Amino acid sequence: MFRQKHYLALGAVTLVVLLILSLPPRATARLKLAVGSWFLPLFGLAGAVQQLPVSAADSVMTRRELLRQLETLRRENEQFRAQALQSAATGRENDQLRTLLGWQRQTPWKLKLANVVMRDPANWWRTVQIDLGSRDGLADNLPVLTPDGLVGRVSSVGYTRAQVVLIGDPNCRVSALVENPAHDIGVVVPGGPLDSSFVELSYLSGSANLQAGQNVITSGLGGIFPKGIPIGQIVDARQVEFGLYTEARVKLAVNLGSLEQVWVLFP
Amino acid sequence: MNFLQTILILAAAFLAVFGEAALPGLRHWLGAQVDLLPVLMVYAALNADIAAVSLLAVLGGLWFDALSANPLGASILPLFAVGFVIWLQRELILRDLPFAQLVLGAMASAVAPVLSVLLLLTIGQQPLLGWGSLWQWLVMTAGGAVAAPVIFALFNWCQLALGYQPRQEISFRPDREIRRDRKLKVND
Repeated sequence: MFRQKHYLALGAVTLVVLLILSLPPRATARLKLAVGSWFLPLFGLAGAVQQLPVSAADSVMTRRELLRQLETLRRENEQFRAQALQSAATGRENDQLRTLLGWQRQTPWKLKLANVVMRDPANWWRTVQIDLGSRDGLADNLPVLTPDGLVGRVSSVGYTRAQVVLIGDPNCRVSALVENPAHDIGVVVPGGPLDSSFVELSYLSGSANLQAGQNVITSGLGGIFPKGIPIGQIVDARQVEFGLYTEARVKLAVNLGSLEQVWVLFP
Repeated sequence: MNFLQTILILAAAFLAVFGEAALPGLRHWLGAQVDLLPVLMVYAALNADIAAVSLLAVLGGLWFDALSANPLGASILPLFAVGFVIWLQRELILRDLPFAQLVLGAMASAVAPVLSVLLLLTIGQQPLLGWGSLWQWLVMTAGGAVAAPVIFALFNWCQLALGYQPRQEISFRPDREIRRDRKLKVND
């Protein structure tokens, strides 16, 4: 029976799968990156094709429109410079007060811009790949965000690209704080596989007084995400397990479905 | 082994995995991404040999897992299981009928993700599952069903365009030709 060709194929494929699945995690990660690098030329090509309409639109833009945009950007730049001066003064004051109280000084965020190059082809994970890798100084577990709020964390790093596990994936749990008088703390867990704009805020105390519209931010507990990154807003809340704890539905601040550029936060 | 056919199938699998990762359009509209690898496996199982089926399962599974958060190798066995069963029954399947292709595409696209998720749960992973997964499963099944006849037609066209042309049978046979001669031989 085992001399038949198809049984040999069955045995060979099963052996290959068992071999790959039993490899140590580090070897698997390297093999995964090596196989994934086969797609790099296609991603480069896709990026160039995506840029074509943009550059075509730029080349046909009128001088008047360009001048108008330049003027708008100049005004915004002046506003931001004024705000930056104010923030710097506030920061200095904050540092002085922290020194007086003997608290540790806050370090400013170092951010690096990355493009989202692809999404997870499987429907049961929520990850994206970005075009920064170990050559850019990326490491595992760095927080990823946009100006709107938290996106997720870096889960694996290759030389030129990295995988980011998004908030709402089972592998990305975030300790979160509700901006209410009680400062309730819970854990952000996946909401559901269909709608990526909602997550669940779980393990809140049974007496938590949550109102729709209250902001949810990172609590800083857990050691990965610094405190104060916006996550979203409470939509509704309910008590579960006979009032043992409270769960709330949170609408994410970031639209995860249309991510194009993200910021990686360096320590 | 028909190398051209195998290379075409593998190239299609490579592009399919890339397309699924780089083009999230369907996910925006329907909430799920359609996987074309099971449909390609149906085509390979019905039209290629077991070596091509094995190659598609191993390489297609590795490519898919490399771009996904799946553990590497988790997609190989579900794909191969689908292809192996169809390959064993290939003589009984009316592969040229579009309806048969549609049904096989739907069945393969329904079974492969279920097997993948079961394998992931078996090896201790926690994939994102819920009631919405049922909708995603239906979208994947329907997408596979629609894609199957299209992929069969596309591959048949490629085979015609790139492979050897089938010899045309004509009614004329030179050995049966009646030789006629104008000169009459007169025997004296």
